[in-house]
Amino acid sequence: MAGTFTFDAPDRWNAFLYRQETVRYGDGALQGLPVAIKDNISTAGLPTTCGSRILEGYVPPYDAHVVTLLKAAGAGIVGKTNMDEFGMGTTTENSAYGPTANPADPGRVPGGSSGGSAAAVAGGLVPAALGSDTGGSIRCPAAFCGIVGLKPTYSRVSRYGLIAYSNTLEQIGPLAATVSDVSRVMAVIAGHDRRDSTSADRPYTHTPSAEIRGTRVGVPAEFFGEGVDDAVGERVRDAIAVLEHLGAEIVPCTMPSMAFALAAYYVTCTSEASSNLARFDGVRYGPAVDTKKQWHAAFRELRGDRFGKEVQRRIMLGTFALSAGYYGKYYAKAQVARKAVRDDFTRVLSDVDVIAGPTMPTTAWRLGEKSDPLSMYLSDILTVPANLAGVPAISVPCGTINGLPAGLQIIGRHFEDEQVVDVAYAYEQEVLR
Amino acid sequence: MNVIIGLEIHCQLSTKTKLFCGCSTDYRDEGPNTHVCPVCLGLPGAMPRLNRGTVDYALRVAKALNLTVLDESVFSRKNYFYPDLPKGYQITMYDKPLAERGWLEIEADDGTPKRIGITRIHLEEDPGRLVHKTGRDRAGYSLIDYNRSGIPLIEIVTDPDLRSPKEARRFLNKLRATLEYLSVFDGEREGAIRVDANISLEGHNRVECKNISSYKGVEKALTFEITRQKNLIRRGVHIVRETRHFQEGRGITTSSRSKEEENDYRYFPEPDLLPLRVADWVEGIVLPELPDARRERFLRQYDISENHARTLTGDIRIAEFYEAVALAGAQLAATWVADTLLGELAYRSMQIDRIPADHFANLITLLTEGRITDRAGVEVLRHLLDACREGREPEMPVDIVARENLGKAEGDEFADIVASVVRANPDAVADYVSGKEGALNFLVGMAMKETRGRADPKDLNRRIRTHIEEERG
Repeated sequence: MAGTFTFDAPDRWNAFLYRQETVRYGDGALQGLPVAIKDNISTAGLPTTCGSRILEGYVPPYDAHVVTLLKAAGAGIVGKTNMDEFGMGTTTENSAYGPTANPADPGRVPGGSSGGSAAAVAGGLVPAALGSDTGGSIRCPAAFCGIVGLKPTYSRVSRYGLIAYSNTLEQIGPLAATVSDVSRVMAVIAGHDRRDSTSADRPYTHTPSAEIRGTRVGVPAEFFGEGVDDAVGERVRDAIAVLEHLGAEIVPCTMPSMAFALAAYYVTCTSEASSNLARFDGVRYGPAVDTKKQWHAAFRELRGDRFGKEVQRRIMLGTFALSAGYYGKYYAKAQVARKAVRDDFTRVLSDVDVIAGPTMPTTAWRLGEKSDPLSMYLSDILTVPANLAGVPAISVPCGTINGLPAGLQIIGRHFEDEQVVDVAYAYEQEVLR
Repeated sequence: MNVIIGLEIHCQLSTKTKLFCGCSTDYRDEGPNTHVCPVCLGLPGAMPRLNRGTVDYALRVAKALNLTVLDESVFSRKNYFYPDLPKGYQITMYDKPLAERGWLEIEADDGTPKRIGITRIHLEEDPGRLVHKTGRDRAGYSLIDYNRSGIPLIEIVTDPDLRSPKEARRFLNKLRATLEYLSVFDGEREGAIRVDANISLEGHNRVECKNISSYKGVEKALTFEITRQKNLIRRGVHIVRETRHFQEGRGITTSSRSKEEENDYRYFPEPDLLPLRVADWVEGIVLPELPDARRERFLRQYDISENHARTLTGDIRIAEFYEAVALAGAQLAATWVADTLLGELAYRSMQIDRIPADHFANLITLLTEGRITDRAGVEVLRHLLDACREGREPEMPVDIVARENLGKAEGDEFADIVASVVRANPDAVADYVSGKEGALNFLVGMAMKETRGRADPKDLNRRIRTHIEEERG
């Protein structure tokens, strides 16, 4: 039965940017379920800032498709969660509204960019949250915070209302403490939406099954290569051994295209971002600037002032990559590399059912520890391939190292989100037992 | 020196809804920002969804202009900052347009038929509209109306085949007529057409004139440019390759080398739209009768002159009107529509669709039956037009004739007038009697004036002669 509840749990991690005290909910599959929404997903009547000062005070007049679906299923939208500005980051430190702490160790980052959503779930504030994943932004914080996060197949969840960072890469997906809860939310948000021309008519009606006997699990050598922490590699190999114990067949494989996945990823996402973020010119959003300057000078001043450093860096990189004379060298070339990644997945996944490996090369680092953008970008190496290929990928906790969670990543074939959910579920059920 | 002209023409398609959302395109007489939604306002998170109807309209144009539709067309983003552009980019087509390589036949300056090549056509969205305000007591400011944002535009690019400003004008007229025959365009709508013209004198650099928003403006801008460029060449000055703006009010072009013009648009495929594969649709499109075919039919069916046929088919509204009145007398109707009505309408800045066809047909009937003179016919027409213009219920011409007493003279109605004119002009009568025929014309003219044109001049001529001869006995 529809009603309201009070949402007043203390937020010790700065997981929320905006919270509702009295939350309304309706009838349906998620009746009364409190759900937190990443701040780049439009919510009618609730501020939506993408963690940026340039959108300060912006209140969308409409709900993103996924929010409409959640409400229709009876969920209660409790508030908006912190994130790296426009999704650009791996730690949630790039928020204009301060970093979010990791509930597993408040001195450490929660991962990003959906760090607020992950911390809200890991900290027990909500049972489920929505995030978005452009190059690992759901799976990374899920792994760092010790919860479950699913990046669905590209096009399976409508992006209508998701404030675009990189359209061809990003997907909205659920984060929750358990695979079952992730699956429950996925069942509500997946499906066709005519307002998103790229969305597919592939609803998700699955109930997780722990039966994975005979499932072929590919383990690419590259997922345990340079830069991957030994202890993390060990935990993940242990987890894969659990899958084998459950009857899965483990198949070593290689994915040579991983060598240029990061480059293809960063060229693509910065290029698209440079265009997507052009609309934030101060004419329509954010506090007005009292200036007597000409249009273009005023735009420049405002964007220099209101965008954070990382956002400015990526806009400039993307602008450069799309410039006359460089398009072929960068953006077009990145799409070729991207196709190679996709082909690699297709090839490997024609032999195996899923691919398994670590979600992140390390566990969560300390707040403020990494300041060099390049070393930060490198930590995305294991998550970006799934975005480049558009395939589904889930991160499920696989133990801790010095008290810090590690994540097992399961990647599947296009539109076989059910399969990655099942493998993650089988693992989760086995270790919980 | 040969003149080389190519045009880029942007036309608003007259679909009911916008290119990428369901907002109505009919915002005439409505307040600013009333026909908007998250999509055409470019709100964060909103995504474009292609309106199938606009594709259908554009394909009709492609077929009528003999273009080949590409197997795959791709929407791209054209990135630039301007306050009327809500997303910071315009969704348009770039390296994969809708269709390529076609032609439209016009009449060249020497009267022969000539095919003007069409390089390509593509679809794109219109930006919003800026309204600049200047106040006496405060600094100027600008307002933005997004009602226009997302209106579908078709861009038509011609080959550099035009050789004079007049040819360019004729091309535009023909294009407009064709688009209106296709029912995809309303040329009367303000801002419905915008033209960029590329012009060069053979052997010299090309200049682009932007911002021309009327048919007349194109001819004016090009004429100005030819004079300007010829003068520079005569003085030995090098023509700079540049973009110039046409100042409609002043009839001149001015250089616009401001920073904003030097754009690198950073085109890339619009990631939120799928490639368009519609080449198959073309086969299913049935084109209506187009201006050339209608002109041929008019010649055959109504037996009217080549000139009249061209004028009458040059605008679909005129053609429809003519066909509605032709039954009352095809040839007379052709003359009266093409030579008389159009001029009277232009004088009053009126559109032909304001004139009820049955009233006009009645006028043609009166003329055909010889019940009024041509001059009286014009007077009746003016009564009719004035009533329409002033929004009054127009009277039937037959009633106007009766009320205004404009019927052709019958019996001795004009005997008194003839007698008084002869009486009042004894010198002219004397001249006539002494053999000066011109004097008779003067007398007839005086009498015509008195009868307010209702009389047949030949009839008056006969009456005056008879009267003078009778008086001399």
